[in-house]
Amino acid sequence: MNERVNKLRQQSLEAKPFISAERAEFVTDFYSKNPGFISEPIRRALVFKHLMENKTVYIGDNELIVGEKGQAPKATPTYPELCCHSLKDFEILDSRKKIPFVVSPEVKKVYEEKIIPFWQGRSMRDFIFNEMTDEWKSAYEAGIFTEFMEQCAPGHTVLDDKIYKRGFLDFKTDINQSLKNLDYLNDPNAYAKKQELKAMLICCDALITFARRYSAKALELAKKESDPKRKSELNHISEICINVPANKPQNFWEALQYYWFVHLGVTTELNTWDSFCPGHLDHHLYPFYMRELKEGTLTKEEAKELLQCFWIKFNNQPAPPKVGVTAEESGTYNDFAQINLGGLNEDGSDGVNELTYLILDVIEEMRLIQPSSSIQVSKKNPDQFIKRSVKIIRTGFGQPSVFNSDLIVQELVRQGKSVVDARCGGSSGCVEVGAFGKENYNLTGYFNVPKILEITLNNGIDPRTSKKIGLETVDPKKFNSFDELFNAYKKQLNHFIDIKIRGNNVIERLYAEYMPAPFLSLLIDDCIKNGKDYHDGGARYNTSYIQGVGLGTITDSMTAIKYHVFDQKSISMDELLELLKNNFDGNERSRQMLLNKTPRYGNDNDYADSVMKDLFDVYFNAIDGRKNTKGGTYRINLLPTTVHVYFGSVIGATPDGRKAHQPLSEGVSPVQGADRHGPTAVLRSAAKMDHVRTGGTLLNQKFTPQLLKDEEGIDKLVHLIRTYFKLDGHHIQFNVVDTATLRAAKEHPEEYRDLIVRVADYSDYFCDLSEALQDEIISRTGHQAI
Amino acid sequence: MTTAFIFDIRKYSIHDGPGIRTTVFFKGCPLVCWWCHNPEGQSSSVELMYRENRCIRCYSCVDVCTQNAILVNGEKVETNVEECIVCGTCTEVCYAEAREIIGKEMSVNQVMKEIESDFPFYEESGGGVTFSGGEPLLQNEFLLSILKACKEKGIHTAVDTCGFAQWNVIDQIRDFTDLFLYDIKLINDSRHKHFTGVSNELILKNLRKLSERGNNMIIRIPIIPGINDDKETLNQIIVFISELKNIQSIDLLPYHHIGIDKYRRLHKTYLLPDAQTLSEEKISELKQIFVKSGLIVNGLFK
Repeated sequence: MNERVNKLRQQSLEAKPFISAERAEFVTDFYSKNPGFISEPIRRALVFKHLMENKTVYIGDNELIVGEKGQAPKATPTYPELCCHSLKDFEILDSRKKIPFVVSPEVKKVYEEKIIPFWQGRSMRDFIFNEMTDEWKSAYEAGIFTEFMEQCAPGHTVLDDKIYKRGFLDFKTDINQSLKNLDYLNDPNAYAKKQELKAMLICCDALITFARRYSAKALELAKKESDPKRKSELNHISEICINVPANKPQNFWEALQYYWFVHLGVTTELNTWDSFCPGHLDHHLYPFYMRELKEGTLTKEEAKELLQCFWIKFNNQPAPPKVGVTAEESGTYNDFAQINLGGLNEDGSDGVNELTYLILDVIEEMRLIQPSSSIQVSKKNPDQFIKRSVKIIRTGFGQPSVFNSDLIVQELVRQGKSVVDARCGGSSGCVEVGAFGKENYNLTGYFNVPKILEITLNNGIDPRTSKKIGLETVDPKKFNSFDELFNAYKKQLNHFIDIKIRGNNVIERLYAEYMPAPFLSLLIDDCIKNGKDYHDGGARYNTSYIQGVGLGTITDSMTAIKYHVFDQKSISMDELLELLKNNFDGNERSRQMLLNKTPRYGNDNDYADSVMKDLFDVYFNAIDGRKNTKGGTYRINLLPTTVHVYFGSVIGATPDGRKAHQPLSEGVSPVQGADRHGPTAVLRSAAKMDHVRTGGTLLNQKFTPQLLKDEEGIDKLVHLIRTYFKLDGHHIQFNVVDTATLRAAKEHPEEYRDLIVRVADYSDYFCDLSEALQDEIISRTGHQAI
Repeated sequence: MTTAFIFDIRKYSIHDGPGIRTTVFFKGCPLVCWWCHNPEGQSSSVELMYRENRCIRCYSCVDVCTQNAILVNGEKVETNVEECIVCGTCTEVCYAEAREIIGKEMSVNQVMKEIESDFPFYEESGGGVTFSGGEPLLQNEFLLSILKACKEKGIHTAVDTCGFAQWNVIDQIRDFTDLFLYDIKLINDSRHKHFTGVSNELILKNLRKLSERGNNMIIRIPIIPGINDDKETLNQIIVFISELKNIQSIDLLPYHHIGIDKYRRLHKTYLLPDAQTLSEEKISELKQIFVKSGLIVNGLFK
């Protein structure tokens, strides 16, 4: 990377995330000065306008892509209308060891005097909790599920290619056309649509104004600038900010700047869950790149520099921090903006192009946690593409993750999308799929699947609180067969899924009525055509996901009961319940039996894997196809982010030998340490699940660096990925084992029983080695890193 | 029905031939190499392995031992190897899997089931199965049956061998073996006898014959410090190899003392307690000797 990029990157890495009260103040000012008769879409549009006209305009030294959410890199705005931080929250954020945010005394003062008094008890979060039923609250407090919308607005949205072809003035033309088409005679919603469309018009102008303010700022800086090179750059930036977003971008630089303004717009309007993403950047920018290379107006190096400056912009935006219990947990700065590479073109052809490889170079050199990146692998893509990516993966920073593009198309088509919309879609945020630029696909919350078994085994009572929160099914000691237990579990699961969906359907309406997002709406088809908000079913497709967590834990727990209690009769149900109640205290031997003498998921063992398939079906049938309030449907996916830690903390000991409060398994990965037959067996097990019926699954695989040290190892990993995808696996992420992992394995051998050290044709379980050899391998791994 | 003693079946083997492979380890070897890092493959009979780190001190093994061969000595659980008849009763009650019988009698069908489960990976990667050990040729009837079974299913086969077997045994399996991974340790016969326990005459003779018959081969050379890592010894090997045909490449397997732990777990004595792992520099230096002679060399380093 050149000096400019190096400096900007360094600055981004060194800048300390801090809370900026600027947005909160502007929003509060607006709401306090504009009460009364005004439709909500218009109110929200005017809030947006107020922000865009007044928030600080910042251009850093030597920046090529401009624009920040706050006053400087790492300024993190707050969204009190969604969820208002308390002073105590700020204390936690300011002082916690992991992922801290600096909160200045000024910010605290503004909050104390102005923001908190205005929003306390009046935010969306308060509204939501007021509307939820007691049974919902009990389940929520028990840790059965989480609710994404209590602290963030629905979001999770990815853009398609529309902004590279049309400017905001073009969008205004479309909106005006929709206004003209309103039929007040026959359409009872015509007036409501008018409000929404008018709000969109206000938002279009607001973003153009925002860019013009940047233009003026660049010009002002140019005047003062003594270095002729920088002066010319600033003048150029000024011109760019006049052209975009008002008009379609004319070149590569303008295209990136345009996206960035849109990104700031979406993430300033509301705190959308999981940021906002540009999607298939390599596809979108390719026409500009090739044309300019040919015309000689852009070199490869210049394109790379612009991309790198663009990358740094993402890294400058920490994810807005949470409140309450969630703030106390470590969380992450990652706002889950994901950039997709490769995959398929609109016409179904191989989507890997020259720019794909250039962007991979950028990812490797930048090595930033944001934006995260993924490769979408189709059978049509060349192996070379995967190999290049694996070389980045082996450097061990967890990027890019690897997705099955062909399967994603199948998943989306199954959900009712057109094949073209499906190809232009992909994965976003974590692993979930959507039709980019055309869908509101909304993660509504995680669902703690193993907790359902715990409640089943306690006949409706949560043993943690002794509160009865579930159904009374059968006294667990009286189950005569595994089927009886399984049916009780199924009933219990359906009961809680119903509670979750009832809650969701209320929350969706609250957002539709009180927190419309006209700016985001104008970017997503067909909100303009329908005159409807993104939160109100305006999008072409509307999907609500409920993310199942703990597949490995529930599978192994159920399998343990089936195998030991009913098949082998090696332990009675009474004994098992007693063990769980006592957290295996004084009976480590039985725990070892459950851990080691049970068929377990992740070993290509049909006994365990068929239990997994049955559990999958129960979860799928409970959710898939049910109607949401936006004209769309509920779907499932299986991903945890980091919630498997929280969910584990609310569950006692489980029949798979897991001790109380330990983390659950994550995604569709086996329980930590349960897979003992290497990666192919894990993939075989995971592929027995019908991924096509999900909207995304997450599979993590640990890999020791020895397996990836040479070309041969890389080639074989490419084959491993290809095979998993041929078996219709959705996603796989490789975590290259580093010294920290090995140290953890040394300390907690049980969780790392699967960790195999290979030296040429010798291999052994790491945890079985003597301490001296373990230390030697740890030090050797350290040398091999990168 | 033919059976064999197998001590491990390892999936996702990536250094035992082309593509993604499953390696089947046969128990029993006619050689006892000083540096052997798979000592559980040496004896043809079953053995007891004890992994102290896994032991939860439940002493169930002590209670069930029919020979009273397991003793508790303070914190330690000790096995009297002289008394132990390796019946495996103790391993059945050892839920922590600290005690394990190494070596399992398996039928062709049982092993095939394991091999076939990774079929999609072989197809995708051009991989297959590698029979290793121990020494697979020592259980040649089984080996022949399973090689035939693999060929019937279209699975690529490799045999990793020390070459110490009657020629007719090798000749029998040749047609069903797509690739031989053939070990050479030393050319000097008296040194070979000293460090492996057998003469290399038969080994080298078989190797020449195989090469003449047109079988595909990769030559594997363990590089052992102080035993064969000097230029003179390696040159002798190079001269020998240079006269062979159908050699795809050479795998250099640098010595590593990581196997030392397994001896302890098996109650065996390690014959090279002081040998040191080779440095990266030394390995590339040695590799160059081979490369300069025009050989294609893969270093299976750490």
